[in-house]
Amino acid sequence: MQGFLNLAWLVPVPTFLAFAAIVLFANRNKTVSALIAIGGAVLSFLLSWPIAFSAFTADHFGQHPVEAQLFSIPTGTSDLWIGYQVDPANALMLFMSSFLLVMIFIYASGYMTFPAHLSPATYPIAAAQGKDPRYSRFMAYISLFATGMMGLVVSNSLLTFFIFWEIMGLCSYLLIGFWYEKKSAQAASIKAFMTTRVGDVFMLVGLMFLYIHSQSGNLLFSDILSAENLHHLATLSVTVPLINVTVPWVAPIAILIFFGTVGKSAQFPLHVWLPDAMEGPTPVSAMIHAATMVSAGVFLLVRMFPLFATAGEVAPGTMHFVAFIGAFTALFASTIAIAQWDIKRVLAYSTISQLGYMVAAIGIGAYVPALFHLITHAFFKALLFLGSGSVIHGVEHGLHHVHEHGHHDEPAPGGEHGGKEGHTPTEAAGHGHTGLVIHRKDGDLNLEDPQDMRNMGGLLSRMPRTGWTFIIGGLALSGFPLTAGFWSKDEILGNAWGGGNTLVFGALVISAFLTAFYTARQIGLTFLGKPRTEMAKHAPESVPSMTWPLILITPFALLLGFIGTPWGNWIEGFMEPYIEHLEFHALHVEFSFIPMLVSIVVAVGGLVAGYYVYGQGLAEGQVDPLRNWLGPLWLVFHNKYWIDEFYKGTVVAFSHWLSKVLYWFDDLWVIDPIVDGIGQLGVWLARLAAEFDRLVVDGLVNLAGWLSNRAGGILRNTQDGQVQVYLLLLVVSMTVWLLLKALPIFLKLV
Amino acid sequence: MSSPIPYLLSLITFLPLVGALIVMALAGDSPKKRAAFITTLVTFVVSLLLWVNWDNGQANMQFVEDLRWLPEFNLRYHMGVDGISLFLVLLTTFLMPIAIYFSNKYVTDSIGPYLALMLVLETAMIGAFIALDLVLFFVFFELTLIPMYFLIGRWGSGNRVYAAMKFFLYTFAGSAVMLVAILAVYFATGSFDITELPALAAKMSPTFQTWGFIAFALAFAIKIPLFPFHTWLPDAHVQAPTAGSIILAGVLLKLGTYGYLRFAAPIFPQAAAQFGPVIAILAIIGIIYGALVALVQKDVKSLVAYSSVAHLGYVMLGVVAMNPQGVSGSVLQMVNHGLSTGALFLMVGLLYERRHTRLLAEFGGLWKSVPIFCGFFLVVAMSSAGLPGLNGFVGEFTILIGMYKHEPVFAILAAIGVILAAWYLLTAFRKIAQGPITNPANEANRLSDLKFDEIAMLLPLVLLFFIIGLFPNLFLDKINPSVQALINQQPAIVMKVGR
Repeated sequence: MQGFLNLAWLVPVPTFLAFAAIVLFANRNKTVSALIAIGGAVLSFLLSWPIAFSAFTADHFGQHPVEAQLFSIPTGTSDLWIGYQVDPANALMLFMSSFLLVMIFIYASGYMTFPAHLSPATYPIAAAQGKDPRYSRFMAYISLFATGMMGLVVSNSLLTFFIFWEIMGLCSYLLIGFWYEKKSAQAASIKAFMTTRVGDVFMLVGLMFLYIHSQSGNLLFSDILSAENLHHLATLSVTVPLINVTVPWVAPIAILIFFGTVGKSAQFPLHVWLPDAMEGPTPVSAMIHAATMVSAGVFLLVRMFPLFATAGEVAPGTMHFVAFIGAFTALFASTIAIAQWDIKRVLAYSTISQLGYMVAAIGIGAYVPALFHLITHAFFKALLFLGSGSVIHGVEHGLHHVHEHGHHDEPAPGGEHGGKEGHTPTEAAGHGHTGLVIHRKDGDLNLEDPQDMRNMGGLLSRMPRTGWTFIIGGLALSGFPLTAGFWSKDEILGNAWGGGNTLVFGALVISAFLTAFYTARQIGLTFLGKPRTEMAKHAPESVPSMTWPLILITPFALLLGFIGTPWGNWIEGFMEPYIEHLEFHALHVEFSFIPMLVSIVVAVGGLVAGYYVYGQGLAEGQVDPLRNWLGPLWLVFHNKYWIDEFYKGTVVAFSHWLSKVLYWFDDLWVIDPIVDGIGQLGVWLARLAAEFDRLVVDGLVNLAGWLSNRAGGILRNTQDGQVQVYLLLLVVSMTVWLLLKALPIFLKLV
Repeated sequence: MSSPIPYLLSLITFLPLVGALIVMALAGDSPKKRAAFITTLVTFVVSLLLWVNWDNGQANMQFVEDLRWLPEFNLRYHMGVDGISLFLVLLTTFLMPIAIYFSNKYVTDSIGPYLALMLVLETAMIGAFIALDLVLFFVFFELTLIPMYFLIGRWGSGNRVYAAMKFFLYTFAGSAVMLVAILAVYFATGSFDITELPALAAKMSPTFQTWGFIAFALAFAIKIPLFPFHTWLPDAHVQAPTAGSIILAGVLLKLGTYGYLRFAAPIFPQAAAQFGPVIAILAIIGIIYGALVALVQKDVKSLVAYSSVAHLGYVMLGVVAMNPQGVSGSVLQMVNHGLSTGALFLMVGLLYERRHTRLLAEFGGLWKSVPIFCGFFLVVAMSSAGLPGLNGFVGEFTILIGMYKHEPVFAILAAIGVILAAWYLLTAFRKIAQGPITNPANEANRLSDLKFDEIAMLLPLVLLFFIIGLFPNLFLDKINPSVQALINQQPAIVMKVGR
């Protein structure tokens, strides 16, 4: 099996070829595009799993990770290398990402039906096919997205890592803005790209520092993370300008690189893009939130962990900062999640919160638990997102049904919409979500919004596959005992407890309770109780291409945690040789029942509390009880602490204002007027010169002319043609001349 | 140094001029068009001989031609290319066929003189890049003004006379000062030759160097254009015909950065080091200022024009850094900017020929009606925004590393521009391509997507984005030795700001 490891560089290739093939050849045929995209993902999966499993099964694999170069880029006097590597960390990522990508691709092929916000009249062909008019393009984008992720995972240098990282950024921009007819989607896509780019620029600066101050003169992981180089960075000190503190270089580098994660993994304060990223089609949300993009941010921390560990040793503040951001984000985002109505938005904040867990884990030195939670979270979050997409799809169909048949109360026959798209797309399309908006005490409600959980309820009986898989995913997210999320979350909590990080532990425990609570709330509002609207009543189960991926992911969400139980920690054993190989220190704690008990209590407690409040759903028109209990706090949570508004009012508004002012400065007020002014001055001077020329120079000439004219007038009398006068003149002048000539001689003679 | 053809550089330089004569001599529009296009293609192919016969390890001038011109003044017809000028020559010969093809397709008004002027312009540009004699350089440098003046003033749009005049006078004012400085340098050192002058720097007093440098730098700062000498650029770009804009942004602006790197910095090394921080600060202001102003432009062309101010700020940063990464990055970034911005203007031109407007507000939803156009536009915008994997990133990254080694604060400030570049480009893309179609003129039935030949114009540019982005060593290998040699002849200078 070892031979597979050298094929790692091939992993990103099939999806890229799929992307190219769709763009170049198959962009007209939607079915072929989907087949090519899925084929690419499957090939990539078929390469990834053997690689992953040969790593899993190899003896002490971490001691001898595979690394090789493909070719190099010289920059001035040194080289930046491009190559690949396989080690325990990215073997796990390969295992997770490649599988989830296949699931998401299959799901997407069923999900991308004709969207409701478009008018079928504009897209008659696509509407007749019942598929999104840009279905092929979607398949191409997600293929490129997958390439970005897989390339990033197998990268052996931080530079190539960064390149793939940005390719993903581009794809996320394209996919979030996929339905670009919607203003909200356009705004969200730019917001995502810009916000992550803010983080990326910090990271780029960090990369620059790392490149310049490392001894190796390259950005290969094996070189920059070698014990020798880290020691070098830890002893080399720098005075930070402005605050005038002298720290070892490794600390600012770690912080700057960490900002890359803050952007990409949506940590506070750069978390604002992720909830808006919901504007993309749901498979994209699943990709971004689970299998690829946000995972990449945490994976960066895992990759660079030796650097962070060193920074933590010589400048403990670095790791405290990471832990603080993570723990704060975990808590902060989970409070927002309990007061949201959009089914995907709850999940979005939940993702931010769970990523906070991982970041906090890195911050306290819990290297393996962070990676473990990254992997399990990817599975159950993918499950939840795909499930929510299925719900939205179902409710949307319910809405079309209602529009078609008018509002009637008898339930539609069960099989009518099951399994297949029940409506011809021409009928289905054209209903934008333009329903009546009513103002409620717990937030405005659009009565036709298929994503608002107040419009749902009782969907479990209508969509059993989606419902049950969603519930299992939800339990895993809550950390319900024995599910995947339980084990990984418990590892993090155990490390926080054992490492004596009480504050982090406290924040994460509260957050765990809130997580269980909002998950129960979400399940209750969506699946339990009675349908609150007609469209929920008529929601059909989704097509098999959507439900099968859900079913296939479920076992992982349920059971994957068993690779890391305190009593047989395979993942720990798998990673251990690697930690030794790289010679860094990760946190090791003795197993303790206290955090585990706490974890069980809060998870079950949160679920029970949530079930108690929302277990029967809400009655039609009933205000969320939480709204009344929390009072003004609800508004804070519901409005996400007004952070978006804050940014819009400060950074964005300021930049726009500055742009305008500078433009005026440039074009109207200063620079151009100066240039024009100088030009005008030139013209004015020229006029002045012309006047001078006319009045003075020409005047002199004219004066001379005039004078000569006058002189001429006097002389004219002498030129009247009389010969004798000429003769007289001649004689006179001759005489004068002679006199003048002769006078000196005459005088000499005298 | 192994030139396959004697006088290869002269041949490349004057082929377009011969073409211009042929174009004028021919009767009828289509023979003229064909002759012009073939001339530029042949010039390009011939110029590839430079690449093919390039001596990779060589840092000195290659394909040198050195003839006496006016011996009593030590004026020489001295030409040569090294790693710094090679790609600028190739950029010129590469962009010209594209510009000519576009013009042939869309310019209807007295095409003959137009094409002849374009060809004369090509001769002037190539000449300026390969001239090693200051006077010879100056002649070519000035010669670029005349065809460009007519191209803007005669074939431009709207306020073209004002723009052409502004362009001409502004640049001319700068170069007039430079001419005085060139003569002063001659009287101080007895040489016009750039291969000799760096060694003669000691003959110039520090005060002399300072004034000489200011005169040179001013001329080039206007040409680049460096903030605050940039306002001729948006006007010239907005009014110029498309091919004029492509060449103006793609090549002519590089005469400024190239001139600074080739002449101003090596002739007056001490003064260049002294004034380095000033130029770096102006460049950084340009990066941020240009990007912010670009953000609120209503006209696509002036948006791209302001983005040029920002991009060339990076180039100047690398040049000021005067270390291998900085300068190599700058040379590559000159080429990158030529390709990306050339492509942007080309795309704007293609759009303009369809819609006869460049106002962003007139567009929207084009992704639906002209998807191929928008796909290309996105790639071009990303190349301009410095997306890793494409050409712009390699240049920016190496420049930032170079600048960081030189003066970290500047590098960090310049990095802000990376964020802003994405912002204005994505905003432009959103306004053009995204959203529903609001103006019926943008509907698919009224707006045709790119045709085969239009794609053929864009494709070479886009391919180069990827080639440079993924295999920059193909280029840097040739650039590096000469850059290293240039840096080695600089006296050891330590620049420190605010320390």
